[in-house]
Amino acid sequence: MQVPAHFEYERASSVEHALDLMGRWGDGARLVAGGHSLLPMMKLRLARPEALIDINDLTELDYIMVDGEELAIGAMTRHRDLLRSALVAEHYPIFRDAERVIADPIVRNRGTVGGSLCQADPSEDLSAAFAAVDATAVIRGSGGTRTVAVREFHTGPYETVVGPAELLMEIRVPLRPGGGSAYEKVERRVGDWAVAAAGAALWLDGDPGSTGTVRDVGIGLTAVGAAHFHAAEAEDFLRGKAATEENFAEAGRIAGAHCEPSADQRGPVDYKRHLAGELTARALRRAAARARGSEA
Amino acid sequence: MRITVNVNGQDYEQEVSNRTLLVHFLRDDLGLTGTHWGCDTSNCGVCTVWLDEVPVKSCTVLAVMADGHRVRTVEGLANGAELDPVQQGFVACHGLQCGFCTPGMMMTARALLNENPDPSEAEIREAISGQLCRCTGYENIVRSVRWAAQFEAAAAQGSARADANADPVEVAQ
Repeated sequence: MQVPAHFEYERASSVEHALDLMGRWGDGARLVAGGHSLLPMMKLRLARPEALIDINDLTELDYIMVDGEELAIGAMTRHRDLLRSALVAEHYPIFRDAERVIADPIVRNRGTVGGSLCQADPSEDLSAAFAAVDATAVIRGSGGTRTVAVREFHTGPYETVVGPAELLMEIRVPLRPGGGSAYEKVERRVGDWAVAAAGAALWLDGDPGSTGTVRDVGIGLTAVGAAHFHAAEAEDFLRGKAATEENFAEAGRIAGAHCEPSADQRGPVDYKRHLAGELTARALRRAAARARGSEA
Repeated sequence: MRITVNVNGQDYEQEVSNRTLLVHFLRDDLGLTGTHWGCDTSNCGVCTVWLDEVPVKSCTVLAVMADGHRVRTVEGLANGAELDPVQQGFVACHGLQCGFCTPGMMMTARALLNENPDPSEAEIREAISGQLCRCTGYENIVRSVRWAAQFEAAAAQGSARADANADPVEVAQ
């Protein structure tokens, strides 16, 4: 029987209360939202917090809305709601693509967007998706609110810029017309972590029906050791170039060359590099089709 | 910690350790052993119960997290002596072999049909994709859920009620 070691349990009733509890417990406390990463780690003693601060009552952080020129996604948004959101699918189908392959429907009922980002598992899918669309994380501490680009949010495996007395509040994604986005993943079996995955967001210039030119592009990579889940070199190559198969393939090759996968039970390094490149090209192809309106 | 959880419509007030998982609270403290305990790693889904109408894997929820909430288990599926149509479907279509995955499968099926009364085979397979049947009896599980959907559609139309002992309804391809 796997159960966590002893811990103190606190339930936060508001954001202020959560911040107060975190201030009181300090480094020894961990926030728990869906708990589908943290509780398994506690069962295995990979995590052993003194106290758990339960933030499931913070329904004020459970929302998806357009706020000004941005899509705002509350940190307590469950995976299921991100998957089902028509608003998200309309603007950024990359999230629908990614959510469809995150764990399984029952786990998605419970797991949260903010929890996934803060867990910072190197194989977690949303981090690369948010990196691809150049999202911003809104973080609150007792001293006020600060924003950090998702591309600077992760400081290493299981590590983020969120301090022990801080709370991730929401993720903001700029709404930019004329774009398309997509996420492509290869896993060993349905619901597993990625062997590798790639997300792309693409904005095209040019006449409707033409191939078009890449005005701007964002590429995120999952599970292949890309710094900040981000393929900056591949983006730099593609920006301003024609949105062609050849250029997408070359961007993929660059992305595969610049990431640093580790060999493990999911595959050797060269296979993962190959996947990173191929999946980048596929995500770019689908994102471009969506930008042209030829694919939903 | 002292918690109050409404399980299948009844309030239970109990003292639990913070580290007690919901599945063990249900089985060991309340004696509701219909919910099975399987892999311990949120993979197999045999421990699936409803937390406020939403199916969750109860091996990955703490009992203290359920304090003040409603839980529904397989024991709360039947309406008195009358089996839920999902349960009737599992009887009619031989939806269980060893039966270990059955409680979780039925809780997920009931939630699916509440949201989508006429799910396709693909939608049923997607809904149960987080749950494992070690007998690999998925075909009949899918048929059972379709049977329940058709039973409820027929009942809603006021036509002849399906007989739980009748031959399995053909599953539309």
